[in-house]
Amino acid sequence: MELEFQHINKTFGRVRANQDISLTLRAGRIVGILGENGAGKSTLMKILSGYQPADSGEILVDGVPLHAGNPQAAIEAGIGMLQQDPLDVSPFTVLENFTYGQVPGKRLNSREAAKRIREQAALFGFDLDPDQTISSLSIGQRQQLEIMRLLELGVKALILDEPTTGISAEQKEVLFAALRNLAKRDGLIVLLVSHKLEDVIALCDEVVVLRGGVLVGDRQMPATTAELVELMFGQALTPQSRESVPLGSSALRFDGVTLRNKRVAVEKFTLEVRHGEVIGFAGLDGSGQELILRACAGLVRPSAGHILLNGQDLTGKHFRAYRENGVVFSSAGRVEEGLIAGLTLTEHLAVTNSGAFIDWEAQRERTAAQIKHFNVRGTPESEIQQLSGGNQQRFLMALLPDRPNLLVLEQPTRGLDVDSARISGSSCWRAVMLARQSCSHRPIWMRW
Amino acid sequence: MNEELINILNSIIANATPLVIAGLGETVSERSGVTNLSLDGSLQLSAMAGFAAAIASGNLLVGCVAAMIVGAVIALIVVVANIELRQDMVAIGFVLTLLCADIAQFLGQDLAGQRMQPMTKLNIPLLAEVPIIGPVFFQQPAIVYVSYILIFAIWWWMFHTRGGLAMRAVGERPETAFARGTSVNCLRYVYTFIGGALVGLGGAAYSLAIKPGWTTPPSMRGEGWIALAIVIFGGWHPFRVVLGAYLFAVLRALSSAIQRSPDIQIPLVLLNMLPWLLMIATLILVSSGAIDRLLSIMPRPLQKWTRNFLRSDPPAALGTRFEQD
Amino acid sequence: MSNPKVVRILFVLLSIGASLLVTSVLVMVVGQSPLDVLDRIWQGAFRNSESTAGVFNFWIPLALCSMGLILTFTAGLWNIGAEGQVLAGAIAASWAARTFVLPNEIQIPLELLFAVAGGALWGLLIGILKTRFGVNEIFGGVGLNAIISVYSIYLIAGPWQPPEGGSAQSTQPFPDHALLHPMNETFPVSLIALILTAVAIVAVYLLLRGTRWGLQLKATGKNAKSALLLGVPTTRATLTALMAGGVLAGLAGAYRVLFTYDSLRPNVSGGIGYLGLLLVLLTGMSAIWTPIVAFIFAAILSGSTRLRVSLGLDSSLAGVLQGILVLSMLLFNGVRQRWEERRKSKTVTPSAVESQPTPSNAKAASGE
Repeated sequence: MELEFQHINKTFGRVRANQDISLTLRAGRIVGILGENGAGKSTLMKILSGYQPADSGEILVDGVPLHAGNPQAAIEAGIGMLQQDPLDVSPFTVLENFTYGQVPGKRLNSREAAKRIREQAALFGFDLDPDQTISSLSIGQRQQLEIMRLLELGVKALILDEPTTGISAEQKEVLFAALRNLAKRDGLIVLLVSHKLEDVIALCDEVVVLRGGVLVGDRQMPATTAELVELMFGQALTPQSRESVPLGSSALRFDGVTLRNKRVAVEKFTLEVRHGEVIGFAGLDGSGQELILRACAGLVRPSAGHILLNGQDLTGKHFRAYRENGVVFSSAGRVEEGLIAGLTLTEHLAVTNSGAFIDWEAQRERTAAQIKHFNVRGTPESEIQQLSGGNQQRFLMALLPDRPNLLVLEQPTRGLDVDSARISGSSCWRAVMLARQSCSHRPIWMRW
Repeated sequence: MNEELINILNSIIANATPLVIAGLGETVSERSGVTNLSLDGSLQLSAMAGFAAAIASGNLLVGCVAAMIVGAVIALIVVVANIELRQDMVAIGFVLTLLCADIAQFLGQDLAGQRMQPMTKLNIPLLAEVPIIGPVFFQQPAIVYVSYILIFAIWWWMFHTRGGLAMRAVGERPETAFARGTSVNCLRYVYTFIGGALVGLGGAAYSLAIKPGWTTPPSMRGEGWIALAIVIFGGWHPFRVVLGAYLFAVLRALSSAIQRSPDIQIPLVLLNMLPWLLMIATLILVSSGAIDRLLSIMPRPLQKWTRNFLRSDPPAALGTRFEQD
Repeated sequence: MSNPKVVRILFVLLSIGASLLVTSVLVMVVGQSPLDVLDRIWQGAFRNSESTAGVFNFWIPLALCSMGLILTFTAGLWNIGAEGQVLAGAIAASWAARTFVLPNEIQIPLELLFAVAGGALWGLLIGILKTRFGVNEIFGGVGLNAIISVYSIYLIAGPWQPPEGGSAQSTQPFPDHALLHPMNETFPVSLIALILTAVAIVAVYLLLRGTRWGLQLKATGKNAKSALLLGVPTTRATLTALMAGGVLAGLAGAYRVLFTYDSLRPNVSGGIGYLGLLLVLLTGMSAIWTPIVAFIFAAILSGSTRLRVSLGLDSSLAGVLQGILVLSMLLFNGVRQRWEERRKSKTVTPSAVESQPTPSNAKAASGE
C-alpha cells in the first residue's frame, strides 16, 4: 500500500491545525509523526482515518482518492487508527468488543472469534482472554485488543496515537516488537504519532515533524536527538536551571494511608512533603496518582491511615476543611472540574468570595484587575466557555487564593501554552504536588 | 399446594404484566441512551387510546395496536426534541408526562363506565396441565404470554446478536459506536420508538386486560413512575427488571392479603404508602453504595459473583446527546 | 427579520398559535366548538369582580409555588416534590388551625409558620435522599408526593373527619378565627396572602440577583463538581434550595386550606406543584415573567372550573392547553436555536475566511 497526502488543510475556528500538508508513505515502513502538543499531528491522522473531514486536499491510497466519510469506511479502505484512549465499550467483554463492528464479509461467529483472539494474542505475545470485560483491562491490554481487531479487519495502514502514554515498560516492549513484525513481515504502514523522542528513535524508520500545523521536515532514521528537537521546536532548547529553595516545616503528611476506588487501591502510603518542595507523581495513568492527589485535597476519604496538614490531623474531613487550610486543587479537566460553563468571569470570582451580599460593581473592578494581571483575553462579562483553553487556564490561576499552603495540580501542563506556564511558574507556591514527572524535585513512581 | 395460593400467584403474574412490558420498553430506550421520562403519562394515554380504539372497532387487537402507536409517537417526540432540537430530555419527558395524563383524562371523559369484554384467559395446551406451574403461568390472558416472549426476545437481542451489541454500544459510548460504523442517532430513534411502543402495549395491558375499562382518575396513575424506578432497580438488565416488577406485584399482593386478614392490624394508610416506600427503599439500596459496603464484607469469591449479579451502573451515555462532526 | 428580539417574539407567537390549534383540534374531537370553550373560559375568569378574585385565588398559590421552583431550578434540581410540599404545608397549617385557639392575628402567623416548616421539611427530605443516599430528586419527589397524599387522605377519612361521620370529602371546616379573611365582599381575596406573594416574588428576584447564596445556587446548578472545587458548599446549596422551595410551596398549601377550602381536602393542591414546574420551564426561570405568566395560567385554571357544568367538558382541558403550550414553546425554542445557528454559520463563514490568521497568529493561538 502507498498513501499520499496532497495539500491537506484543516481549520478549527481561528486555529489552522493543518496547513497544506503533502506527504507520501510506503509499505513496510514505520513512520514517526513527531511534534509538540497541538502541532496538528492528531488532526492529520484523524483526517486520514475518517474521524474528521479535511477542509481541502486529498488522500490517495495506491493512487486512488480516498473518500472516507467515517472511520468504518476508512477501515474498509485499509486504514485503521488506534486512539490514545482506545475506542471500546467498557462493559463489553473482549470477545464482544472484538466482534462488534466487523465489516460485512469478514464476520466470525463467537467461537471462531474467541479462537482467533487466543491465536493472535499468542502470536504477538499479548495477554488477553476473550471472556474478560474491558473494564478489567489495563490501557496496554485495551490497545493490544484494538490492534488485533483492526488487523482482523484487514487494515494495511495502522495509526497509533501516543500509544506509549499509560502503558508499562514491558507492554511497550511487546508493542514495539509487534509493530516491527507488522511492518517488516506483513508489509504494513505503521504510523506512530508521538511527542516522545525516545519512542520515535527506538522504533521508526522515518520521522515526519509537524510544528504549528505545518510540515517542517522529514528525516530518515537514524537521526540525532538534537536534530529532531530543533525541528520540533524550531530552536535548540537550553535546559532550565532550577533555584534551590530552603525547605521548611512539614506541609503534608500521609501516614499509612489506604485509598480505594473501583479500579485501584493504594495501600498504606506514607509520604512527607515540606514547605518549598515540589513533588511529582510519575507512572502510568490510573496507577493511583489521581487517588493520592485527590486525597491531598480531601476529595477522597482514606479507608485507613491519617492525613496531616501543617501538623493538623484532617483525616476524613470535608474538602472545605482542606481548602480553609490553604490546600488548592486544580483538576485535569478544566471546564468540567474547576470552571463553570454559563457563569461569567465576574461571577466566578464572586462565588469564591464570602459575605451574604454581592457588590457587583466592586466585583467587576476586581475581575478586570485580575484579567489584566493574568493576561486573560476576555471581559468580566464573558462567560467562561467563550474563552480559549489557555485563557481558561490562566483565569483558573486568577481564581486561586493568594498564598496557598499546598498546591495540588493534576496534569497541569495538559494544553498549557508557554505564556501561561510562565505565569504559573512566577508565583511563589509553598508546596506543590504535580501529577507529572517533569520539573519536580522528587519524582514518585507509581505502579499498580 | 392449596388452590387459593395458586390463584394468588396467578393474579400476581397477571398484575405485574403491564409493569413488565412498560419496564422492558423503558429498558430498551434507556439502553440506547435515551431517557423517556414520559412513562406515567404515556401509560395513561395509551391505555385510554387502546380502550377507545377497542370499543370503536370491537377488536382487542386494534386496541393494542392503537396503544402502541400512541406510546411510540410520544417517545418519538422525546427523541426528536432531543436529537434534532437539542432540548433537555428530562424537561420534554416531564412536560409530556403531565400533558398526556391530562389529554387522557380529557378525551377519556366519555369512556368512563363503558364496558367491553376484556382479554379472556387462554390455556396453553400441555403447559397449562403441569401442576402448579401450569395454573400459575399458563392460564393467563394472551398479553401475559406476549410479555413472556418479550422478556426472552429482548434479552436475546441485547446480549446475543450484533444488533444488540450496537444498541448497547450506542448507550454506553456513542463515539465507539460511530467509529465502528453504527449510526448512533438512527439507532436511538429506532430503539426509543420500539421502547415507546412497548410502553403503549403496557398501557393496553391495563385497560384491555388487567384493569379493564377506563376510570377518572385512571387506575394506573403513578404506575409509570414505579416502572421507571424498576428499571433503575433492575440495573438495565431485562431479567432483573422483570424480577423487580414481579417482586413489586408480590409485595402488593401480600399487602392486600394482610389488609383482608382479620388477625393482623396494620393501618391501611401504611399499606397504601407501601409501594412508594418500597420504591424509595430500593433506590436507596442501589444508589447509596449500600451494596458496595455489603459486598466488601463478603468473602472474595462470592464478591465477584454477587457484584456481577447486583451491578447497576446506568448506560454510561444515558441522557447525553451525540453529534458526529 | 434580522433583529433577534423580533425573531424571538415571532417564535413565541408561533408556539402560542400552534398550541391553540392543537388544543382546538382536541376540543373538536369531543364535539365542541373551540371558540365556545374559549369564550366560556374567559367568562369564567373575568365576568365580574368575584370571578376575577377567583383568578387571584389561583394565582396566589401558583405564583408562590413557582417562585420557589425558580430557586430549585437555579440549583439544578427537578423539584417534582413541590406538589408534596404544598400538601405538607397544607397539612401542617391544618393541624395548627385545628389545634390552637388564639386570636386571628396571632393564629394566622402561627399557622403560616407551621406551613412553612412543613413544606421546608418535606423539601429537606428530598434533599437528604439526594445528597446522602444518592436518590435522584425526581424519584424522591414522586415517592414523597404519593406518600403525603396518602397521608392526607388518611387524615381526612380518619382522625380529622367531621364528627357526623366522614364522607372522605373534607375535614371539619376550620373555625373562623383560624381562617384568612377576604378583603371585601365583592373582591374576596386575602390581603395578607396577596402581600405575602408580592414579597415572595421580590425576595426571590433579589436573592438570585444580589446575594452570594443565589450565586451559589446558580453555580451548583450549572456544574456542582466545579462549584465544590471553587469552595461552594454544594450540599448545603442543594438542601437550602429545596427547603426554600418547600417554604414557598408550604405557604401555597396553607392558602389553599386557610382560604380557598376552609378545610383540608383530598388533592388539596390541585396539581399546583406540577403546574408550577411547567410554568417555570415555560418562562425559563425568569423571576419577572413567572408571576405574569402565572396569572394567565391562573385565569385558564379558574375559567375552566365551570366547563363541566356549562359544556360538559372535563376541566382537565386547562391542563391540556397549558401542557401543549409549554411543549410547543420548548420545541419551537429548539427550532429557533437551530435556525439562528444555521443563519449564523451562513453569514459568518465568508468573514471568517477573510480574517484567517497568519501562520504566526495560528501558532500563538494553538500555543506554540
